[in-house]
Amino acid sequence: MERRAILEELRKVLYPYTENKELLENIDEHTALVKDLKINSANLVDIIIDTEAKYNVEIDFDSAEKIITVGDCINAIAEKIPR
Amino acid sequence: MNRRVVITGLGVVAPNGVGIPAFLHAIRHGVSGIRHDPSYKDLHFNCQVAGMPEFNWERLRGYVSEITYHGLQGHALGYGIMAALDAWTDAGNEIGGREAIWDTGCVFGSSVSECEVVKKIYNRVDAGEAKKLGSRVIEQMMNSSITAYISGRLGLGNRIIATSAACATGTQAILMGYEYIRQGTAQRMVVGSSEHVDPYIFGAFDSMRILSRKFNDTPEKASRPMSETAGGFVPGSGAGALVLEDLDFALGRGARIYAELLGGACNSGGQRNGGSMTAPASPGVIRCITDAVAYSGVDPLTIDLISGHLTATAADTMEIQNWCLALGRNGRNFPPINSLKSMIGHSLSAAGSIESVAAVLQIVHRFIHPNINLDDPNPGILRQIDPDCLPVKAVERELRTVVKANFGFGDVNACLIFSKYN
Repeated sequence: MERRAILEELRKVLYPYTENKELLENIDEHTALVKDLKINSANLVDIIIDTEAKYNVEIDFDSAEKIITVGDCINAIAEKIPR
Repeated sequence: MNRRVVITGLGVVAPNGVGIPAFLHAIRHGVSGIRHDPSYKDLHFNCQVAGMPEFNWERLRGYVSEITYHGLQGHALGYGIMAALDAWTDAGNEIGGREAIWDTGCVFGSSVSECEVVKKIYNRVDAGEAKKLGSRVIEQMMNSSITAYISGRLGLGNRIIATSAACATGTQAILMGYEYIRQGTAQRMVVGSSEHVDPYIFGAFDSMRILSRKFNDTPEKASRPMSETAGGFVPGSGAGALVLEDLDFALGRGARIYAELLGGACNSGGQRNGGSMTAPASPGVIRCITDAVAYSGVDPLTIDLISGHLTATAADTMEIQNWCLALGRNGRNFPPINSLKSMIGHSLSAAGSIESVAAVLQIVHRFIHPNINLDDPNPGILRQIDPDCLPVKAVERELRTVVKANFGFGDVNACLIFSKYN
């Protein structure tokens, strides 16, 4: 799956956790989940769980801890899904 | 300082009406909220009827942030949030200010965590999938979940207390809120309680053989407080909430005042003298009522209505006797008495707050709601009080003082004295 396609799917996963929806309009790989999207850091685990369910993958704790930006999230998914 | 406490806001999620206008219409006209639930038959319950609010979960989107809404599972949390926020806006307040409101607190009660939600945790953990539980479980499992959601949404910064006292929970929570205002700790308190009887709690009560089981085909007749054919209570769910306020504070902001809360009492029979885990001791009940009346400084003869606990079990006759002894009134001299449970069943911890909302509405709109399903009063009750004290149709009447009491497992009692605001 192309990174662009994953980003579009991620936008949907992030939607319920992002209070200000306008912030989601212009996200790119450099967008930071907590700093830029103002997502509550406690909800990062929910975003990872939702992502795991969506792609039927497992993101281990160590990989999850490295997720800061949208790009990190795409990396974690792209690593796991078959090409 | 002699502070007076008034009621300025009301909210309710009841089996026979969600929101004050619907609920007011229902209690005026004796509308039952008891329905048959076919799933209870499949579960082999003896009682197959219940009072469930017609709760539109989607409507909660207007009450909490989307982040909170997403993943919210507890029914009692949904009911409680809606009732409390409705009461807050009904009192003329806005939601979502940026600053903490230091002079306003919250006392809100519930009796049990929801087993349906807990079950999902058990299943995940037992399957080795604790990792998938996510961040939203603990906040809904805390005993203080409901107060955390309400106070967070409203920005309340005074005392935030989650309470539990079985069927006396709601009444006790209201009294605690009253006391914080009386003693000057807070200017306003959002008070109430909520309950959701899920199949697991329902099944446990069913097993105690204290639920109504002979009216499964005629659910609206199943809740029969004080009736000769009463055979147990009907479980109900919902929430009630009130905004209590210091009188001067309310006048200062030009608030509409519904009624005054003169005071109350809360005690236990100590599980002595006939009291037990499940039965209230008469000396404790009588003492609770007489203490509430004495504290409030009302003449028992000016009490115009009793809102009883009256669940439709064998305890109803004893309750009437306790009221007679506590107030020193019987026969034709006994005041009218009604049980909201005839229409909505027994919503356990939520009973006290929903019934208190009903008590205030009866004062404001000058009526006594009917006891439905009371075409055959229990002879043991009629030996103590006149049949005219048991209205079966709504009575239009000016009410000066209304007494509301509830009695809970663990032999705990709570009694409130509401009055018309003068």
